[in-house]
This record gives sequence, C-alpha cells and structure tokens, in this order.
Amino acid sequence: MNSPQRLRSPWVWVGLVALAAALLVLPFLVKNYRVFQFNLVLVYAVAVLGLNILTGFNGQISLGHGAFYAIGGYAAAILMDRAGMPFWATLPIAGALCFGLGFLMGFPALRLGGHYLALATLALALAVPQLLKYKAIEQWTGGVQGIVLSKPEPPFTFRLFGQALNSDRWLYFVTLLVAALMFWLAWNLLRGRVGRALIAIRDHPIAASAMGIDLPIFKSMTFGVSAAFTGVAGALGAVVVAFVSPDSYSSFLSITILVGVVIGGLASIPGAIFGAIFIQFVPNIADEISKSAPWAIYGVFLIFFMYAMPTGVMGVLRTLWMRWRPGTARASS
Amino acid sequence: MNRKQFTLVAAGIALAFGTAGTSAWAQKKYDPGADDKEIKIGAIHPYSGPASAYGAIGKAIGAYFAKVNDDGGINGRKIKYFPLDDGYNPAKTVEMTRKLVEEEETLVVFNPLGTPSNTAIQKYLNQKKVPQLFVATGATKWGNPKDNPWTMGWQPAYQSEAKIFAAHILDTKPGAKIAVLYQNDDYGKDYLKGFEDGLGDKAKTMIVSKISYEVTDPTVDSQMLSLKASGADTFFNITTPKFAALAIKKAAEIGWKPTHYLNSVSASVGSVLTPAGVDNAVGIYTASYLKDPTDPQFQKGKEWDDWLAWMKKYQPSADIKDVNNVYGYTVAQGLVQVLKQAGDNLTRENVMKQAANLDITLPMLLPGVNVKTAPDDFYPIEREMLARFDGKTWQLQGKVYGR
Repeated sequence: MNSPQRLRSPWVWVGLVALAAALLVLPFLVKNYRVFQFNLVLVYAVAVLGLNILTGFNGQISLGHGAFYAIGGYAAAILMDRAGMPFWATLPIAGALCFGLGFLMGFPALRLGGHYLALATLALALAVPQLLKYKAIEQWTGGVQGIVLSKPEPPFTFRLFGQALNSDRWLYFVTLLVAALMFWLAWNLLRGRVGRALIAIRDHPIAASAMGIDLPIFKSMTFGVSAAFTGVAGALGAVVVAFVSPDSYSSFLSITILVGVVIGGLASIPGAIFGAIFIQFVPNIADEISKSAPWAIYGVFLIFFMYAMPTGVMGVLRTLWMRWRPGTARASS
Repeated sequence: MNRKQFTLVAAGIALAFGTAGTSAWAQKKYDPGADDKEIKIGAIHPYSGPASAYGAIGKAIGAYFAKVNDDGGINGRKIKYFPLDDGYNPAKTVEMTRKLVEEEETLVVFNPLGTPSNTAIQKYLNQKKVPQLFVATGATKWGNPKDNPWTMGWQPAYQSEAKIFAAHILDTKPGAKIAVLYQNDDYGKDYLKGFEDGLGDKAKTMIVSKISYEVTDPTVDSQMLSLKASGADTFFNITTPKFAALAIKKAAEIGWKPTHYLNSVSASVGSVLTPAGVDNAVGIYTASYLKDPTDPQFQKGKEWDDWLAWMKKYQPSADIKDVNNVYGYTVAQGLVQVLKQAGDNLTRENVMKQAANLDITLPMLLPGVNVKTAPDDFYPIEREMLARFDGKTWQLQGKVYGR
C-alpha cells in the first residue's frame, strides 16, 4: 500500500484545499433551491454512512434505518417546537437517543442473522410511522398533521457573488460541518482496530471471537453507532425541510437508504456521498422522464447501476485507480 | 413576430394613439411566471407512492391545459405546465415547491394534494407571497385569508360538508336523536365541529351520543354497541374507508337501523359499501358535488359531449370511469377562469384577488353547485347534493344544500 506516500504528496494537499474552497463557494454560485438540494444530499450522506457502518462494515442488514431517521427528526422537531431549543443543540440529543434505541435493537440482532434480522428491522420501519400518530403522544408529535418548524436565521450576513447568506446557505455550512465531523468520526472509527474487528465479524464471526473480539458488545455497539449517525441525519433533515410528519418517513425511506449504501459502495466511507447523490437526484430525473411510471424508470436506473457497477460507484473508482495509477503504468512498461 | 418587433410595433401604436395608448400599456403587469406569451403554472401531485391513484388529477389538469392552448390560450397567452411528483411525501413536497418557486419561477403553485403536504409548504409559500391555489384537500384550515392570504382551498371543506348533513337532518327530521362516530384526529374533529355548528343551539339536545375511535383500533364493534344503546335513530358516520365498512357491517349485525349519514371520504361503492355488504348499505346518505361519469343521467347533453370529446382527444388512455379525471378537468377550469379574469395584470397579488372574486358554475359540477368566493370567503365550493344508496349506485336526491 502506498497510501501514506500519497498523503504526503503535496498534490494531494493542493487537491484537498481546492475541494474545500469549492465546497465553501458552491452555495453562492447556484440558486437557493439547489442549495436546499445540496443540504439534503449532505443529510442523506450521513444517513447512508450510518447504515454503511452496520451493513457494509459489519455485515448486518437493516431495512429499518428509516425509523431511526424518523426518530432523530421528531426528536429535533419536538425539542425545537416544544422546548424552544436551538436547532444545533438538538443534534447530539437526537444522536444519543438513537444510539440508545439502536443499542437495544442490537440485542435481538445478536440472535438473528441475515434475512431474519432484515425482517425484524423491517418491522421497525413499518411500525414507526404509525406509532408517530399514536394518540397518547399526539400533543408532542402533532399527530397526522406533523410539526411545522421555523428555519434558523443566519447569525450574521454578507454577500458573495451578489448572493446573500440566507437561512438555506447558512444551513448548508452547518450541514457541511456536521457531515464533515461525522465522516471524520467514521474514518477514525473504521480505519483502525475497531474497523478491523467489525470486518472480521462480518467475514468470519467464529474466527473473530477466537481472536478475542467480544461479539455481543461489538454487534450491539455497531447497531447503536449506526443508528446514532442516522438519527443525527434525521434531525438535520428535519431542520433543513422545516417540517416533520408521519408521511415524511414512510417505510420506503429505509429501502432508499439501503439503496444509497449499495449504489455508493458497501464498506466505503466516501461512497456514502455518491449514494446520497443517487437517492436525491435520480427520483427527480425519473419523474422528468415519465409521469406514468416514475418508479419503473427508477428501477431501470437501479438495474443499470447494479449491472455497470456491481461494487458501487466507489468500487468502480477503486478499480480505475488501480489500473491507471502511475505506479502500475511504470511497472507494466 | 419576435418580442423585439412586437415591442416596436406596440411602441408605434402607443405613439399613434397618444395618451390613450400608453395608459392601456401601463396596465400590463407581470410577476415571475408570466409574460406576453405564456403563463407558467406549477402543480404537485403524487405520481408515485402510496397515493399514486391521485396522479390522474395532475395528468387531467395537464390535458385540459393542452386543450386551452390548442384553442388559443388565455387572453393570447399559452399555459406552460410544470407537473411535479412528490410521492405523497411532505419532505419531497417542500423540495418540489421550492423547485417551482425558485427554479421554474411559476406564477402559482396549483392544486398540491394532501393535508400534510400542504401543511408543509403553507408557511413558505405565504412568506414568499406565491399563491397556493385550490389545494386538493378537504381540511377546513385552508380557508383562512387573515393568516394565510396566499392559500385557498377548492373542494367542500369537511366542516362545510358536515353542515350540509346537519341542514338535511333539520329539514327532514327535526326531532332526530343523533349518534356520532368519529375518528379521533384533526379530520374527525373537523367534521364534528362543522356538524355541531350546523345544528346550532339544537346540537346539545339532538346529539345523544358521540364516540371516537383511534386509527390504530382493530374494530369499532364496542363503539357501535354503545351508540345503539344510546337509543339514537340517526347516525353520522365520520370514518375513513376501512372503519366505514366495519361500522356499516356491525350496525346490520346488531340490528340497528338508524338514518345513516356517511361522510364523502368513504363514499366509494367499491372499497367501502361492497366489503360492508351492499344490502347492509341500502338507504345510507352521502354528499357529492361532482358529476359521476358512470351515472347515466349525466351521460348526455353538451356538457357531457364536451367532456367526452376532451377525454378522447387529450386523454385517450385514461379511465373514463375515474372521477379523478372529472376533478382535474373541473379544477383546471377554475384556474383558467381566474387567469381570464386577471387579464393583462398577471401579478401573483391579482391572481389571488381574482381567485377571491369568483361566482361561476362549471360543466361537470352537479347542477346547482357553484364556485363562489369573496375576499373573506376562501371556500370555493360549498354546496353539495345528498345522495342515497339504492343497493347499486348513489341516487342523487335533487336538492342542493350549502351556502
């Protein structure tokens, strides 16, 4: 592996700085509506990353992460609406709450493997939108009507390229910061000892426990961490959309997040971004192509992607990198 | 003639006619989404997802606009239609609304469908001062010009319909003892409030029992037993389709035969009355405002011929029996009327002003049902006709109720 060498190369740093500058200027180059879509991409990227920790790295399939996304969203909405909390303070609370619930969900996951776990989590995804309508909690959740939120105003304002820093652009920077933080956390968690343990459990649980990895703790913790990521994404999503209701979190959302994981590339951290771009934009493209059967078009896209890139977008990028990086070229010549 | 030439000619005419000409041109006013050639109309319907059956409405609206354009447009302007899909997901409705307002820059956001979806976008559209016009939901909260001057409903609101049932009861059976079953949420309470308001002072004495159920309840059996035990001879059934079917069936099983009023939410023969047993449903009343395309009495005359010709030419593959096509046809006609009235003053403000100044009838509304609004009345359709189930179809009762 030549990755340490790559990181030391000055060109990589130039590239990173250019990328960061582009990300900072981007919202001022496009219309508000696009900024809003970019915000959703960042939110979905965190959610997809959360599920990827569980499914990609640890090999546990969850069809219920939409439920954690919903719980995170509702936690943020209720805290903002009822307790008058600032939106940023709700994010860690939503994350902690989902960590707890995810950890508890992890216990049955110990006994259930593969398809059985998928079905158990699917039950969660089906139940949560209905439970949100439950009468006893209606005074907080707003029942079927949901909760309308106010978008946070930027604390200061300035203009760049003739575009003002308004609430959407402000939220973009907040979302970008949170997403960067979550990706950095995931990177640190998964590139080290813990990440290797998770992969070992995925690939060979018996060998992993023989090596001294505590399976129950690791599996439950992974479920909790994964749910926490998705919960934070849900809370951010609620702030960005400024509305939550049971219909916002249908059981299809869970499938959508899983689609993002697979399209982006299983067990790939940057893949989450590509997965998020797919789940945000492809339904819109499908809708523009056909009003009669948008989901059929979506299905065609999905099949095409799976056929052309069976290992996800990151898998293809990795293959291309391996083939054309300077090192191999020299070795083969 | 391109735009530049057009402006030149216009300037020439204006000069020739002096002050008269200039004042006429000064009246042309536009907001984003309108110009001399076209008017951009955005609409959001669920073409995918759990409520995709309603996608037919969005398609019918587009097909009607196509006809209007073929006939020369509105005051010489063509309609450019932007139909978007939200999959009945409010988060997506927000995104699509922002696309219409900020990217496509449409003049109005027309007929968005669903109560949660409209709740999600109401604040945004009112802040941006973009018309949220003729929303496709029955909640009563859309007609509140004081707080939300940019939002207006279309079909009879739940409260309006409940008042119609109340008026019918006061007409035909002033001494009725009424039992009410209602779903315990905003929709059920909306209906109940309208019903009590409609009965007025007599509500307290006439309603002998009102019992709610939860959407999560498996059945409404115990509620039905209590309602029967109250000794009521009239029953107002405020339930969604599944519970409506259960309630009708249970009433027959326990031998309770009150005069039965069923809210139009559950008036489907196929999905409510048939599973409940059509024999059990004979005699039930509901209310409606659109012509049912399967009802033979409406399948004649110019209005029917126009509708059929439009369906055949512009929607050849659509289901002629689907009442959603009638709905889309009618609501599109409502918007066309608003835009006609707006003339050359195509600002968003004037669109709302004209929408609040309607007094028209439309061909596929039931005879006697009209579209009437005022600056303090944002409920376009408030009249309905009662219909009685004869074991096969709904038989209209002839008299129109409502304001």
